[in-house]
Amino acid sequence: MPVISSTKSPEDLTLTITAEFAADPARVWQLWADPRQLERWWGPPTWPATFTRHDFVVGGKAGYFMTGPAGEKAPGWWRFLVIEEPSRLEFEDGFADDDGEPDTSMGPAGILVRIEESAERSTMTIVSSFESVEAMDKMIEMGMEEGMKLALGQADAILADSTLATTL
Amino acid sequence: MVVDAELSDTEVDRLFQALADATRRDIVTRVIEREQSVSELAEHYAMSFAAVQKHVAVLERASLVGKVRRGREQIVHGDPITLRRATALLESYERLWHQRIASIDELLAEDESSTG
Repeated sequence: MPVISSTKSPEDLTLTITAEFAADPARVWQLWADPRQLERWWGPPTWPATFTRHDFVVGGKAGYFMTGPAGEKAPGWWRFLVIEEPSRLEFEDGFADDDGEPDTSMGPAGILVRIEESAERSTMTIVSSFESVEAMDKMIEMGMEEGMKLALGQADAILADSTLATTL
Repeated sequence: MVVDAELSDTEVDRLFQALADATRRDIVTRVIEREQSVSELAEHYAMSFAAVQKHVAVLERASLVGKVRRGREQIVHGDPITLRRATALLESYERLWHQRIASIDELLAEDESSTG
């Protein structure tokens, strides 16, 4: 597993994950720059992504949808904020309605990507920040197994129990 | 009580371990009522500031309380449902990224086999 480190910060709803790949930064950059490559990895195996648009310029937008096991579609959009080949990329990742227009009811996630060369390999760090627990919840719904939802519900239940026990 | 195996064992252990201590349960109750500094909390217990700080750290790791620095003070606040939920969601999001990274790894391995 090429993942080197992963840090969750529930206080500010941020995940920082670092992975190392046996390729140079120019190659790793292509994973983001080429929509056909993005389609190979952005969606989870059960929710593959199809990119319908990918204007890879600052201020440009990407549009995609992920297709679920029952054929349901979850559309999303990106807006590129920083593009510095081959080391730095920043974009917003939000939900879209069925016409691909941004869903304004929920703020997008912010994604920062940094790619560094290290001894003929590349280290990629991805920082994802969410605006709210609800936005994160919705994002994870796409591609999340039923079992996980169940577990989440149970975590809340366990906690409600223990909080009650403490307060009484 | 049913504990689903899919909820990470480590997380469950942390939660129960954190709540197994009377002082820590008391801290959680106090900060749910009102956020307060570690020094304020320490006044309630016959133990050192450092010991109270350790208890707070255990609760933080279990996502039962959160801590922010405000000037010279460390303010502890309790919003366990939200924090636990945020932690659980970050865990699934983390899993999603593990999947993505595994897919990237496979994709990059294809280059090697086609050029090599």
